Amino acid sequence: MSSIGTGYDLSVTTFSPDGRVFQIEYAAKAVDNSGTVIGIRCKDGIVMGVEKLIASKMMLPGSNRRIHSVHRHSGMAVAGLAADGRQIVARAKSEATNYQSVYGEPIPVKELAERVASYVHLCTLYWWLRPFGCGIILGGYDRDGPQLYMVEPSGISYRYFGAAIGKGKQAAKTEIEKLKLSEMTCREGVIEVAKIIYKVHDEAKDKAFELEMSWVCDESKQQHQKVPDFLLEEAKAAARTALEEMDAD
Amino acid sequence: MDLNMNVNAPHSMGTTIIGVTYNGGVVLGADSRTSTGMYVANRASEKITQLTDNVYVCRSGSAADSQLVSDYVRYFLHQHTIQLGQPATVKVAANLIRLLSYNNKNMLQTGLIVGGWDKYEGGKIYGIPLGGTLVEQPFTIGGSGSSYLYGFFDQAWKEGMTKDEAEQLVVKAVSLAIARDGASGGVVRTVIINSEGVTRNFYPGDKLQLWHDELEPQNSLLDILNAPSPEPMNI
Repeated sequence: MSSIGTGYDLSVTTFSPDGRVFQIEYAAKAVDNSGTVIGIRCKDGIVMGVEKLIASKMMLPGSNRRIHSVHRHSGMAVAGLAADGRQIVARAKSEATNYQSVYGEPIPVKELAERVASYVHLCTLYWWLRPFGCGIILGGYDRDGPQLYMVEPSGISYRYFGAAIGKGKQAAKTEIEKLKLSEMTCREGVIEVAKIIYKVHDEAKDKAFELEMSWVCDESKQQHQKVPDFLLEEAKAAARTALEEMDAD
Repeated sequence: MDLNMNVNAPHSMGTTIIGVTYNGGVVLGADSRTSTGMYVANRASEKITQLTDNVYVCRSGSAADSQLVSDYVRYFLHQHTIQLGQPATVKVAANLIRLLSYNNKNMLQTGLIVGGWDKYEGGKIYGIPLGGTLVEQPFTIGGSGSSYLYGFFDQAWKEGMTKDEAEQLVVKAVSLAIARDGASGGVVRTVIINSEGVTRNFYPGDKLQLWHDELEPQNSLLDILNAPSPEPMNI
């Protein structure tokens, strides 16, 4: 694992002798402790899924939304500190509507990702701000097709075919790599995402969880929306069956 | 004759400007007269200005206002192109022009026609008249000379013309307007924009077809005076 900072980790404006900024790395730890969030790019759109760990049985199912629509054509799934995530979503929405007002067309997903990344990075430059403790998976469908981006607390943003953050990210990434995404439709993708999230959920360490999924694809007319209920139920059932088959081995 | 006319008065471009889509791109056309009251300040002006490699704008109304608006939008589009990493769309150019025209409507007096080609929508024409409305149209006309062309276009315009048909239509129209509008004149300039690029053409005024009641151009009064007197008639 990583070493203790010993004095070089007190401020985000301090480099360690080996060239690391520890505060940013600690912020990334906050993301790693959160429930798994994955996103995949299928041939006709994007599917995103979140493993929402339920903190209390008193919570209403469906509350604590982790996936947000940024604009009609794009959405964001957040992992890590929820309050930090809310700020980033608000900023992204504001950037998207501002772009639309000035340029008269929906913000290209690449541009949106750059603006979000640049905002997250901003908070790693000043001693009087702390880095955001959240990772973002951003999916959108614009004139250049469906695109998936991931933004880390350091402000790095890359484009992906498939991305995972949170507790089960290693296991999730392995599963995603097995999929043939370029031949998969979003309908099939929804089932696969559900299977992966159910698979990487650790029954021993974490109790209950709720699956939240969204997509933006040809079937949803290039609009970002929650996966329709009937499809969600179908996906959950398929995921549970797959788990049972695995346990039966 | 007004011998006290002020040659430093604000220059306006009386103008005839036209933008027309055809099967594969757009053709923009304009006259070349810039007037200060009755004096023609520039008889060979360029009213079709470049905004980006693939988008041009026809300017009418106040010369200064339309130049400034074009300059700002060219600047914004340049930055936008850098950020986007690919050429800006015609729609974006038109929207930027519209925002400036609308938000400064009390101070500006300029009617603009934005035309260009991009890989998503192909050839597009957007009209942005005085108040700052933005209207996408298959063709549009503007400037003082356009008043004389509404009926002509109602009859002569058709969908899906070829490049040459469209350009000939534009040249004919500008020429007709020049014949009737005192604030339009000079040469006819056209700009054709399509997937292959941009072509600028130039039709000098004296080479244009003569319309009803138009006289043959004469070089100088001396030529008329030195012409041989006509033969006396034999009854």
